[in-house]
Amino acid sequence: MANPSPAPAPQALPKAAFFSFASCEGCQLQVLSIEDQLLTLLGAVEIVNFREAIDDRRDDYDIAFIEGSLVRPEDIEEIQQIRKRARILIAIGACACLGGVNAIRNKRTPAQLAREVYDGRQDGVFKTLSDASPVRSVVQVDYELRGCPIDRDELLETLRSLLAGTVPYVPPFAVCVQCTMRGTPCMLERGLPCVGSVARAGCEAICPAFGAPCEACRGVHDSPNFEALGEAFFRHGLPRYVAAEKLQLFNNYKEIREPWEKALPSPSIT
Amino acid sequence: MGKGTSISVHHVTRVEGHGNIVVDLRDGTLQRCELQIVESPRFFEALLKDRPHDEAPRITCRICGICSVGHATASIQAVEAALGIVPGPKTRTLRRLNMCGEWLQSHVLHAYFLVAPDLFQAPSVIPLASSHPEIVKRALRLKALANEICYAIGGRHVMPISYLPGTMGHWPPPATLETLRARLLAARPDVEATVELFATIEWPAFEQEIEALAALEEDGSYPMMGGPIHSSRGPVFAPGAYREASAEHLVEHSAAKHTRGANGPVRVGALARYQLAHERLGPAAKKAAAALKLSPASRNPFHTTPAQVVESVQAWDEAITLCERLLADPAPEERAPVTRPRGGVGVGLAEVPRGTLIHDYEVGSDGRIVRANCVIPTGQNLAAIEADMRAFVPGLVGKPREQITRLMEMLVRAYDPCISCAVHLLDVSFVGDERHDTAGGAGAPTPDGP
Repeated sequence: MANPSPAPAPQALPKAAFFSFASCEGCQLQVLSIEDQLLTLLGAVEIVNFREAIDDRRDDYDIAFIEGSLVRPEDIEEIQQIRKRARILIAIGACACLGGVNAIRNKRTPAQLAREVYDGRQDGVFKTLSDASPVRSVVQVDYELRGCPIDRDELLETLRSLLAGTVPYVPPFAVCVQCTMRGTPCMLERGLPCVGSVARAGCEAICPAFGAPCEACRGVHDSPNFEALGEAFFRHGLPRYVAAEKLQLFNNYKEIREPWEKALPSPSIT
Repeated sequence: MGKGTSISVHHVTRVEGHGNIVVDLRDGTLQRCELQIVESPRFFEALLKDRPHDEAPRITCRICGICSVGHATASIQAVEAALGIVPGPKTRTLRRLNMCGEWLQSHVLHAYFLVAPDLFQAPSVIPLASSHPEIVKRALRLKALANEICYAIGGRHVMPISYLPGTMGHWPPPATLETLRARLLAARPDVEATVELFATIEWPAFEQEIEALAALEEDGSYPMMGGPIHSSRGPVFAPGAYREASAEHLVEHSAAKHTRGANGPVRVGALARYQLAHERLGPAAKKAAAALKLSPASRNPFHTTPAQVVESVQAWDEAITLCERLLADPAPEERAPVTRPRGGVGVGLAEVPRGTLIHDYEVGSDGRIVRANCVIPTGQNLAAIEADMRAFVPGLVGKPREQITRLMEMLVRAYDPCISCAVHLLDVSFVGDERHDTAGGAGAPTPDGP
């Protein structure tokens, strides 16, 4: 992830804007859910564009937060415009950072999708790009806040770092580390298809603690070993291709997919 | 308002997702009146195909951040119906408690953050923070409380993690439930002040009879966790026959499918539930309804907000009872067994904040999803919203355009449309044009038409 030199400490309140592309808007909701600190936050930045909560919209902003994947031709133009205006561009959430669940469909053609959702009818003309794409596939991204959804404390920490002129911290290690620290029994040892050993931490390993295997919604960490992941699946009675199927869920955008696709047998799902 | 007037609001603000309002009046005749849905396509039903069934609640909760608990609920119930799993009472209690959390947070968000600015003539909740700090702080406290419930049960405020077929993946420890219960009890003044605040508001006068639908639980509780679909016209539809109650179809100007009932548009959501099930409310919510002067006979879509306030009281009140029920016996429950291992079709319903949500899956003998269909409350309401717009606009002729625009936005917002949810599967190209020519954004009308 590209981390340029931090912004100089601003004089006036920095202006922040939120933009939403194909997504569930859950990351914007996470911003609204910082109840106890929302009012303080409003004293530190001026929010000039947040369609979910505000009528006014302005185009003068310093920091642009981008939620969602790029899926339509006009999305490309819009993100380029935003990049031109923003001093700092921050992608938030799995859709914006990785393609996320929107990219599960990337190996299917628009015609296939039309068949599946229309029961064979083709009334609509799809204006959809063949790939749902993360923001950094089109413009330079200064910071990425990972996760589906983003973690509100991490968002606050990032804002604090930016305002203080320091570089936000991103954990470089695996979710397994945080599972171990939490004392959660290993999912894989219980026969559940968990990809925590290649997944980037920062989530406090919340999913295994609440009964679900890790699905790598923060992408992979700095040195993932996909062959070893496949072996571990096999040792625990799970086919190796199931590891690939799990990685499809959030990490299916072509450049992100490439390394695990090479190392693991093809998933049974296209 | 002139002889020929067109109003176009590009990307209505303070709704969840992207939508445009288009009104075209010529010579006093309404030519066109549409709520265009322009959210990006996301193809969720296609995404579910071939995925292992246990992933369904975790994938579909990503349809919408604000409705994620509702999607997880309908989804797990569809999976369980397909596999013949009947979850135990404690599992159902935990799931209902989580729904109370989502109802409270969604209704509070809508009433305070999205609707209240209109009532104080503010463009958003942010200026209200300085002009009416107590109101905003109260809203934030209630939202925080609601989020606390979702956090305790699902693991986070949105995208709940713990929905497993036949059980829950996490059982909140008694200490957590005790804290939750104490916080709920301490919120009584905030809940009461909310009712008082919204009781002072005079809602725009407008009535239209539209068929109301809600899935009523068979045990007589207030509709939340699904059941047969009841219509205000009398018929009752089994969950599996949902298509007879509310059939999906495509319209040109919307990336979301609309639905229609047997007799035209249908209305789902807080007002429809109140109309069909007000007798099932607890005493606290009934008292709130009386204070808000909300009549079960109301057919005014603007009354959706007071109905949401009544339901917030219900959700808060029920959450206390459910915490107490769990505290009386907090031990985890055994996972309910699969009785149809070969799979089949399962329909799961939930009454989510915006109305009846339907997930319909077919699970194959390999445990993977063969086919999925999701019918979304906002999709069901779109035809009703447009029918209301058509009935509402002629009565506004002669008013300043800014006021018409504001009232139209308020009408759309009253339904609390969730456009991310509504556009979970497809995009349709537009033949229209004027959605591109409004430079000024919300509230900025286009120049007079010809």
